[in-house]
Amino acid sequence: MNNPADNTALVHYAIGLADDALTLGHRLSEWCSNGPFLEEDLAQANVALDFIGRARMLYTYAAGIEGRGRGEDDIAYRRDCREYTNLLINELPRGDFADTMARQLLVDAFDVEFFTALTVSADQTLAAIAAKAIKESRYHLRRSRDWVIRLGDGSEESHQRMQRGFDRIWGYSHELFAMNAAEQGLADAGIAVDRSSLRSAWDKIVDAVLAEATLARPAGDWAVQGGRDGIHTEHLGYLLAELQFMQRAYPGLQW
Amino acid sequence: MTTAAAITPAATGRRQARGNPALEQLWDLLDQVKDPEIPVLTLWDLGILQDVEQQGDAVVVTITTTYSGCPAMDMIGDDIRQVLQQAGYANVTVRQRLSPAWTTDWISAEGRHKLREFGIAPPVEASGSKSALLGDKPIVPCPLCASTRTERVSEFGSTACKALYRCEDCRESFDYFKCI
Repeated sequence: MNNPADNTALVHYAIGLADDALTLGHRLSEWCSNGPFLEEDLAQANVALDFIGRARMLYTYAAGIEGRGRGEDDIAYRRDCREYTNLLINELPRGDFADTMARQLLVDAFDVEFFTALTVSADQTLAAIAAKAIKESRYHLRRSRDWVIRLGDGSEESHQRMQRGFDRIWGYSHELFAMNAAEQGLADAGIAVDRSSLRSAWDKIVDAVLAEATLARPAGDWAVQGGRDGIHTEHLGYLLAELQFMQRAYPGLQW
Repeated sequence: MTTAAAITPAATGRRQARGNPALEQLWDLLDQVKDPEIPVLTLWDLGILQDVEQQGDAVVVTITTTYSGCPAMDMIGDDIRQVLQQAGYANVTVRQRLSPAWTTDWISAEGRHKLREFGIAPPVEASGSKSALLGDKPIVPCPLCASTRTERVSEFGSTACKALYRCEDCRESFDYFKCI
């Protein structure tokens, strides 16, 4: 990248993807010691680690090409809400276990399609990160699919709560497919993925799971957006307050 | 040393790197470094160790992470530096390589044997096989009694790279190294 304008777009793109992974990884990590049983507790923590690891690779890459002397920790710990550009679906509170699994199915189904497409990115580092992430997203999806079917096609109570989980989060799923001008520019250059093109593949995966789980696809009559522009829900501030506490209290702290 | 069945360019590249006689001592030293969470396996057995280069007194060791969030990677880097520094190599750099992504196909035949001895069921098939791709549940023989009547308890075991299984015959639970 010789053109500095192109480089800025790429830095923002990598940071946006990293913010997605970090906020969701943090939400999943909140289940650690709160899981419904030991195996599930371990599973949530392990999936959280995959997302946090993904965030680290992307932040490190962004920091390197940005060339302003920032490291991965500076980007993760020293930006406030308006500078975070994660999609809103990732920052929502974990809710109950059904809420968590509803979100996870929607995100995992998206990630499988997204990272498959990103493996052929013209940017070699993004392609390499995608090649690693796709392997993990495949088994993440296997697990969230299992849980949605088990709870949806389970007891009356679990069915009702699983349905409520999807009804509550559905309006946040549309943002997964929204492109902005900068991302479109990178997509035209073969670097970014055209998210809007992933919709039908995603619909197919999600609809099949919902049908098997005896759940209804929500109406889709509301949609919320704004994460990529730094316009967030009220929940992100609380998330960052906990995530960033040590670096805010003791700036520059090292382990 | 023999390696796992799948012959990929990456696997061949690793073997060629290892075959360089000038660096034999370095490779042998690195065999002292074990995976912190599966201490019977060397980094080579596990397929993490990719390459070693020496220029003057500088040594560069290239490794590939198993899972993105593997918390052992920093410790593995420290262990590599410690072993080489104790042997007199003062200038050691550990570099991480992202591509090609690590796969269970890189676990050596020796590594698979050691896993089984340790009580962990090794990956049962090549990561690119149809059932691994489609997410079918593989038949995982029990590492303790070899029974094939086993069932998966959880997609994750004690670490991200393993799933938790239970044997219907000997009733023991065991870790299974997942195929990726």
